[in-house]
Amino acid sequence: MHFVVCIKQVPDSAQIRVHPVTNTIMRQGVPTIINPYDLFSLEEALRWRDKVGGEVTVLTMGPPMASDSLRKALTIGADRAVLLTDRFFAGSDTLATSFALSAALKKIGETFGKIDIVFCGKQTIDGDTAQVGPGVAKRLSLEQITYVSAINEVNGEDGTVTLERRSEGGVQVLKTNLPAMITMLEGSNTVRRGRIDDALRAARAEIVSWNAKEAGIEDVTMCGLRGSPTVVKKVFAPSPRAEKAALVEVGATPAASAEALIEAVLAKSPKIEDDLIKLASGF
Amino acid sequence: MKKELPERFRNHKHVWVFIEMERGVVHPVSFELLGQGRKLADKLGVELAGVVMGAPGPDILHACQESFAYGADLCYTIENPVLADYRNEPYSKALTAVVEAHKPEILLLGATTLGRDLAGSVATTLLTGLTADCTELNVDDDKSLAATRPTFGGSLLCTIYTLNFRPQMATARPRAMPMPERKEGREGRIVPFAVDLHEQDIITKILSFIPDRDSNKTNLAFADVVVAGGMGLQGPENFQLVKNLAAVLGAEYGCSRPLVQKGWVPSDRQIGQTGKTIRPKLYIAAGISGAIQHRVGVEGADLIVAINTDKNAPIYDFAHLGIVTDAVRFLPALTEAFRKRLSPHTRDRMAG
Ligand SMILES: Cc1cc2nc3c(=O)[nH]c(=O)nc-3n(C[C@H](O)[C@H](O)[C@H](O)COP(=O)(O)OP(=O)(O)OC[C@H]3O[C@@H](n4cnc5c(N)ncnc54)[C@H](O)[C@@H]3O)c2cc1C
Ligand SMILES: Cc1cc2nc3c(=O)[nH]c(=O)nc-3n(C[C@H](O)[C@H](O)[C@H](O)COP(=O)(O)OP(=O)(O)OC[C@H]3O[C@@H](n4cnc5c(N)ncnc54)[C@H](O)[C@@H]3O)c2cc1C
Repeated sequence: MHFVVCIKQVPDSAQIRVHPVTNTIMRQGVPTIINPYDLFSLEEALRWRDKVGGEVTVLTMGPPMASDSLRKALTIGADRAVLLTDRFFAGSDTLATSFALSAALKKIGETFGKIDIVFCGKQTIDGDTAQVGPGVAKRLSLEQITYVSAINEVNGEDGTVTLERRSEGGVQVLKTNLPAMITMLEGSNTVRRGRIDDALRAARAEIVSWNAKEAGIEDVTMCGLRGSPTVVKKVFAPSPRAEKAALVEVGATPAASAEALIEAVLAKSPKIEDDLIKLASGF
Repeated sequence: MKKELPERFRNHKHVWVFIEMERGVVHPVSFELLGQGRKLADKLGVELAGVVMGAPGPDILHACQESFAYGADLCYTIENPVLADYRNEPYSKALTAVVEAHKPEILLLGATTLGRDLAGSVATTLLTGLTADCTELNVDDDKSLAATRPTFGGSLLCTIYTLNFRPQMATARPRAMPMPERKEGREGRIVPFAVDLHEQDIITKILSFIPDRDSNKTNLAFADVVVAGGMGLQGPENFQLVKNLAAVLGAEYGCSRPLVQKGWVPSDRQIGQTGKTIRPKLYIAAGISGAIQHRVGVEGADLIVAINTDKNAPIYDFAHLGIVTDAVRFLPALTEAFRKRLSPHTRDRMAG
């Protein structure tokens, strides 16, 4: 079977800082990582490859240095990596991104073998829209199953997959036909550490690199800024609250402090006492 | 920035909200969106419509009446047995078809598991823009939708437009917008819309549905009072202090992310950017520093009370009230003081 995992290289947002004066994002020196949610999808693809046989290809669209993430995915155990890179892709929103990725996926299918499952991450930690997976699925007419907590069976013979999808208030157990696009929930599996031989192989592996034309994209007006219906008009810092918290003085004992705090709460919001009485008595 | 709406989009009018319903229950985020949608529609001088879909039955009518009570002028209804439970294919087909037929200018959906799954497909089919997880929606002087969303974990906001395509689509997370007032008995029109859907054409099959155990069904996002704890509690055993205070107040309890990562508290209790957004009347945060990712999830609270030993902790920048003290010693005292104050016995005495 052929599994393709779409991964995005993102800035490690735990280390992102906003410049206090200019309000711009300070990306310099911020390390990049594979979008953490994509790792659960990568792991799931590797598990099913190990179980039913086949290959795992990883795909990313981004600047040339996004190949770092691809190489990382190879060390974790992916078999092949494809980098989609072209200046035409700069400024893509989710519609343009899903257009470019779909073209590359089609080309991957033609070049390296028919794709059974396209895996995407649940969402990214930078754009955080969760829109690219559904976009790719729609463009390639793949069955779309998002927020998957477990894949129970991948059946190559009858071309089906059985899985569990998180929904509001419960879990849907679904069966669908391949090819499908699946996004995995975080924590649905434990991401492996790569083996030594994978690391050695990854260091030497050649990363396939395609520009728009090589990926089979004829119409570059569908890509990048030009192909993006959304436009970011302004970026600004959230306005800070005018005043800081009013601090209640600490009393001689915790009990005295508690009384003082409750008084302060009721002074700020007199109606809250009625609400509390109702709640506390279990209404 | 070019802004020329092509001729084919000029007859797109009205503001729509997708009314999300699962197993007969309308998701409250739909009402929150109707509240926003009402404001946009009034500004634009157009109508506000809900789109209700599901299996034929009384739930549809009920969802329409609810939508009217929360501000809709009309509802498009799509009834079909295939729509009994959510699946992407029939839902995206149905929503796309009604959009193409009746041409809204703005289409809003909840950023829930269902809404996010659906919105991305519909926007791709319609080849239009979709702005995710908005916290503010507005229309400009020239009537374009200005959709504002947090980026980079809430440290910045950006305003996004869908200039030359229609409908302008946006999603918003539950509790990101206030719940509008409900007007009992407010009426509206019901406009049925037929979509040709047959079970044998739908590839994905639902084998079963496993409802969450009760412990998973937290009402955190919709609670009036929330008590939460963070790393300042020092150890997992002290989280019980938060639960005790919550129990006395009839409140829900929550936590910051590290407590989930350490396995002290289950993940459905996490509050913040990658957890739940809350809008309680009272939020008590004990031993939480107030990192931006936490802040974006709690800013909608009416009254935020912080308990933190560090008077320079960022939480004091957005809390309304605070006390600089050790939460581990203070929480039991606060619990006891509230218990006394709220016990029926004390109240009777005070009233008598
Ligand atoms: C702060 C900010 C806000 C934005 N807001 C919006 C918005 O509201 N609407 C909009 O249309 N665009 C928006 N964008 C643009 C959007 O982030 C880009 O289109 C981006 O290329 C993909 O979207 P995402 O990061 O949200 O991915 P998501 O849709 O969250 O990603 C889901 C999955 O798709 C796959 N994937 C995504 N990107 C790639 C890639 N480049 N290569 C390989 N796989 C990938 C991964 O598996 C990923 O886990 C925003 C960008 C930023 C930086
Ligand atoms: C992509 C991303 C997403 C994230 N999403 C979320 C999210 O959804 N929700 C979330 O909460 N975080 C989130 N975080 C993490 C966030 O950045 C912070 O790390 C986290 O909120 C800190 O938790 P904390 O305040 O409990 O711990 P700390 O930052 O360790 O703060 C502990 C606080 O307790 C105080 N303290 C210490 N001892 C005591 C005492 N005895 N009594 C009272 N106070 C005491 C300290 O002064 C300090 O302010 C996210 C981070 C990233 C990178």
